[in-house]
Amino acid sequence: MPDLLLQLAIILFKIVTLTFIVVLPLVPISVYFERRFSAIIQDRVGPNRVGIPLSLLGFKKDFHFFGLIQPMADGIKLFLKEDFTPQYVRKAFYWLAPALTVVPALITVCVVPFGSPITIFGHTEKLVIADIDVGPLFVFAIASLSVYGITLAGWSSNSKFPFIGGVRSTAQMISYEICLGLSIIPVLLYFGELNLGKIVEHQAQHGWLLLPLWQNGQIGLPDMQTALFWIPAVIAFLIFTISIFAETNRMPFDLPECETELVGGYHTEYSSMKFALFFMGEYAAMVIGSAMVVTLFLGGWSAGFGLDPLIAKLGIGGFQIGGLIHLGIFLTKLVGFILFFILVRWTVPRFRYDQLMKLGWVIFFEAALINVFLAALILAAPDLTAVILGTGAVLLIAVTAAVIWVAKTSEAPVKPLRA
Amino acid sequence: MAVVKIQRPKLGFGEKIYFAALIKGFILTMTHAVKSLLGKSMGAKSLESSGLGVTMQFPEQRWDAQMPDYYRGAPALVTDEQGRERCVSCQLCEFICPPKAIKIVPGEIPSDDPWAKVEKRPKEFDIDMIRCIYCGMCEEVCPEQAIFLRKDYLITGLKRADMVHDKKKLYEIGGVRTGLVNKWNELK
Repeated sequence: MPDLLLQLAIILFKIVTLTFIVVLPLVPISVYFERRFSAIIQDRVGPNRVGIPLSLLGFKKDFHFFGLIQPMADGIKLFLKEDFTPQYVRKAFYWLAPALTVVPALITVCVVPFGSPITIFGHTEKLVIADIDVGPLFVFAIASLSVYGITLAGWSSNSKFPFIGGVRSTAQMISYEICLGLSIIPVLLYFGELNLGKIVEHQAQHGWLLLPLWQNGQIGLPDMQTALFWIPAVIAFLIFTISIFAETNRMPFDLPECETELVGGYHTEYSSMKFALFFMGEYAAMVIGSAMVVTLFLGGWSAGFGLDPLIAKLGIGGFQIGGLIHLGIFLTKLVGFILFFILVRWTVPRFRYDQLMKLGWVIFFEAALINVFLAALILAAPDLTAVILGTGAVLLIAVTAAVIWVAKTSEAPVKPLRA
Repeated sequence: MAVVKIQRPKLGFGEKIYFAALIKGFILTMTHAVKSLLGKSMGAKSLESSGLGVTMQFPEQRWDAQMPDYYRGAPALVTDEQGRERCVSCQLCEFICPPKAIKIVPGEIPSDDPWAKVEKRPKEFDIDMIRCIYCGMCEEVCPEQAIFLRKDYLITGLKRADMVHDKKKLYEIGGVRTGLVNKWNELK
């Protein structure tokens, strides 16, 4: 019985620490980075004032922390604002919608491996809340639920712009989920594994998927198969990353809330903390998306270059705290990728809606499909005879040509009946 | 008007792929980011930037030295070299003021005053700085060169009453102004 209680306590502790102390603070931090980074890109300063007002207490100087307290001030502001509910909204759904966007994003945290196992008092504990064998599938299944929040928000607001925003978002997220799912099939084929923790361990030993430059602690060039697999891996990475942008409604694809057309999109009618929940859900989705990219393609918590076994062995007495260092490495990579998200937002202009749909259905869907076959061919090559391999290659080229031809003809402009 | 059909530009393969343009964009934004971190953004020098982007950080750094001569800040009353308050409370500024920010109570100059021949001076002269639109019409209309728009721009207060500049405050801002036409002086 005490054993069960201990287990429960550990699980609860992990949930609270990893979700609310590790991931949730990343949301305001990424908001801060968004504002500062966009500012320096545009030759501005950005929020750099909010700090501890020591001068109010009689000291000479305030303490600014480069404005890092700004997100806290924003949060307090949003809490204290009037929570206004318009009169003609569908109340139940209007209240439900913000929760439905945040909760899925936070649930998906539970399969992300944050670091290598920690050993305390001879008890080894993995730094992942739920070590389940369906990692990426679970993430896609739960993350796609957040579309309900956005759709319900758009519909229940009983207003036209939010409605259009909700419809756009639904169409967009459903379209890009296909690319998202198809693009990681090559990755899963390569690892032969759906458990994210084991995927990362594999990458720590055999090189990251996009940087396979070491093997069992030895730095060196990869073998022929791994080197060839690098091509489908990069294609998968591109498709997956861009689809994540579309899935999280980030800038080049933020049609559901594009300010120039739809005021605020689906959250136009929301105020105060309900709006903040949408905001949080969006950024949490971005954090989880980055975590997925880092885990699948960039080696998750591994430091790479054969350093991981050394780090894992680090410890003080009975405590092996290498896992915490790995956690730090993971968070560094995560923040780096979030910065990339932000850079894209302030660089790439917004797409038109038909361009977005065309990109999803005509280009990425086909590219991801062909990529699956390409990856399968490369992975199966050692077991196949030259004849079958050649036939496969020819077939693949033929299928690719056919797909490109179909895509081109389907996109050809319609000729007017009378010239 | 004839209908002009505009041909959309034909895009090459590289342009259709879009990646080259993306990378160009990344290089552009990152150059801006690096330059603004180093304080070398375009125009940073002439705009007296704080070293981050082109922005001057206000309470610590001020634009005052670069302020142009024609800057229209807070209106203020002036005294001349002899220490005479130049306003004769003719109330022209009160009448011309578009937002009706000026309120004057005229008063008589006692006969034992050396400037008794001027006859009038304001007993009270209030400018409501919440209403003032800094148009400069009072300065333009004044026949006595007594009211001027100065370069003061930090007009703040915690109450509405704080924002009403009374006569004392106006002379404090205005101070002494030399080189004006002194038409009330004795003829030599």
